[in-house]
Amino acid sequence: MLWKTADYAGWGRVHTARGQIARPERAAQLAQLMEETPAPAMGMRRSYNDSLLNDGGRIIDMTRMDKILAFDPETGVVEVEAGMQIGELVRLFAPRGWIPAVVPGTGFPTVGGAIAHDIHGKNHHVLGSFGQHVLSVTLLQPGGGRVVASPARNKTLFRATMGGIGQTGVILSARLQMIATPGTSMRVKETRVENFDEFLALLDASTFRYNVGWIDGTATGAAMGRGILEEAELTDGPQRRALPAVTVPLDLPSFALSAPTVKLFNAAYWRKVPSRGNVSVMPIAAHVFPLDKLYDWNRLYGKRGFHQFQCVVPVENADVLKQIVAKISRSGLASPLAVIKRMGEGRAGMLSFPMEGYTLAIDFPAREKAEVLIAELEAMTVEAGGRLYLGKDALASGATIKAMYPEWEAWAAEAEKADPEGLLITDMVRRLHLRGTA
Amino acid sequence: MTRTWIILGATSAMARAFARQIAERGDTLLLAGRDMDELKALAADLSARGAAGAEAIRFDARDAKTFAPILRKVELEPGEINVAVFVGSMPPQAQIDADPSLIDTVATDNFSGPARFLATLLPVMEARACGTVVGVTSVAGDRGRIGNYTYGAAKSAFATYLSGLRNRLTRAGGHVVTVKPGFVDTAMTWGVEGMFLVAAPEKVARAIVKAVEKQRNVIYTPGFWWVIMTIIKLIPERIFKKLSI
Repeated sequence: MLWKTADYAGWGRVHTARGQIARPERAAQLAQLMEETPAPAMGMRRSYNDSLLNDGGRIIDMTRMDKILAFDPETGVVEVEAGMQIGELVRLFAPRGWIPAVVPGTGFPTVGGAIAHDIHGKNHHVLGSFGQHVLSVTLLQPGGGRVVASPARNKTLFRATMGGIGQTGVILSARLQMIATPGTSMRVKETRVENFDEFLALLDASTFRYNVGWIDGTATGAAMGRGILEEAELTDGPQRRALPAVTVPLDLPSFALSAPTVKLFNAAYWRKVPSRGNVSVMPIAAHVFPLDKLYDWNRLYGKRGFHQFQCVVPVENADVLKQIVAKISRSGLASPLAVIKRMGEGRAGMLSFPMEGYTLAIDFPAREKAEVLIAELEAMTVEAGGRLYLGKDALASGATIKAMYPEWEAWAAEAEKADPEGLLITDMVRRLHLRGTA
Repeated sequence: MTRTWIILGATSAMARAFARQIAERGDTLLLAGRDMDELKALAADLSARGAAGAEAIRFDARDAKTFAPILRKVELEPGEINVAVFVGSMPPQAQIDADPSLIDTVATDNFSGPARFLATLLPVMEARACGTVVGVTSVAGDRGRIGNYTYGAAKSAFATYLSGLRNRLTRAGGHVVTVKPGFVDTAMTWGVEGMFLVAAPEKVARAIVKAVEKQRNVIYTPGFWWVIMTIIKLIPERIFKKLSI
């Protein structure tokens, strides 16, 4: 049976869709689908929003297209089908001295999804975005056309594909330049941070190749913006044993993440790191994919789902970010999941998120009050000349997003060329009116 | 000792998951099936994952002429020869009712094709006095049900064949594992109505690898299917004949 009708959603579960899903397992099946019934593609559904949804229409599930097509142990170049998961690349190749140059905060996303959102990781300030390490990408366009794009060949198409939310064709495969690693471990230094100003100072001063800050979105007053700075390097050191994975078996009731619980949890979590700091050695995955041991953690937010607000603001407007954090802390709506990071300027595509500055990502259970707050945060981001992330945002308007992405018109033109009939348009493209036909 | 695995029906999701797990421990793989392009891509995938060798070769359960070249190839490999049978087909019962000639193809794909291949391979395995046969059948073979009794009958025949083969190969120092999966999330079950407790192919593959290591005779996977099928088998026929389960 080729098509299955089902309900599906992104990771935040606020937007949902119902439609026909095909899940090809072979290249020939996918080619046939794109020739006869072209549709947008989705991977492991780790985007938080509607970027992977096509409500009432068709969608192609790429998760079974996950083969390694070629690997060169001398150069670390690997060619994989788009459904390959990033964490699987780490697991398979770290023991042989290579890992993907950029890994996100979870190992589950696919290479196709990583390209479509030009994702970033804890080393963005050093190595830039995922797309900057893509040597070439092979697209299947509606009608069955097969196109290869790289920074040298079909340049514009390449820049429209990196972070291009799947609108230039279904990504069949990609060649990636991995980076060398001395071993399968990371040495992680944790530092307690007392407040927001100290956080920015420490992030600016950090000399580590991987760094990220956990920020307590409930602390107010002098402690506003306190948190834990995690700085790390790849190493071959011995590691403690990995914990077994567990699954969140059911949707938790809404009070599970209520204000008092979160405040208590955050305070305890912050104190977990001694004031003199902490250094430990752990498997790469344990540091870079901290939540992957808790399957389906999105169920902690209950059936109504949650939003992740993620913005980046330019360095010179860091004061606006401080106001954003202050506003969140006063609201009492934040969940424990909040991170802050210094970003470099690295970006690979026209709709890529990163810019030189500070990025903040924070989860809110989906409630009306949170949506009002997010609208205010969005306005402050605009004022700061910052940007929202297309892999996360589920609420913004088209006008706001277009103003944040000055190259969107050039991108839309390239998408029209690749998909003139608009067969790859998704719910998010429709919501934001990102393409002429949408 | 070096180990070689012939994987019949290697492009199926379950076979692929099994092949990946044994590739990572460095075995040699002979990938047999019909889609040569896909098999070659899979061979590259398994080599990159650590297989000592991986090669694509044509196999069609309905074409016995494809059997001998596989045998010739595998005889050149040193050490232990193993085979895992993942081939099969499951047309809807209604389609079979409309075209009863499909009964022959279902019987060939699920039973007589693979059985005939195993019969030709058996002397090689006996001569080497080692090796394991993994035969994937189905819980559908445990009792004929209204929904898919043709498929069930063919799987049941294959399970009976494997039981006899175990009897024989054990005497020569080899082993046979009969695998009875419940519903597995593959292309065969995608979008089929009435599926429940559907297992990931990777999970089923892990259970098979473990069963081979422990020399288990018959496994249900996931394990709870043993309970379900034990109950289903216990239902008296006079009641069962009125049920639609």
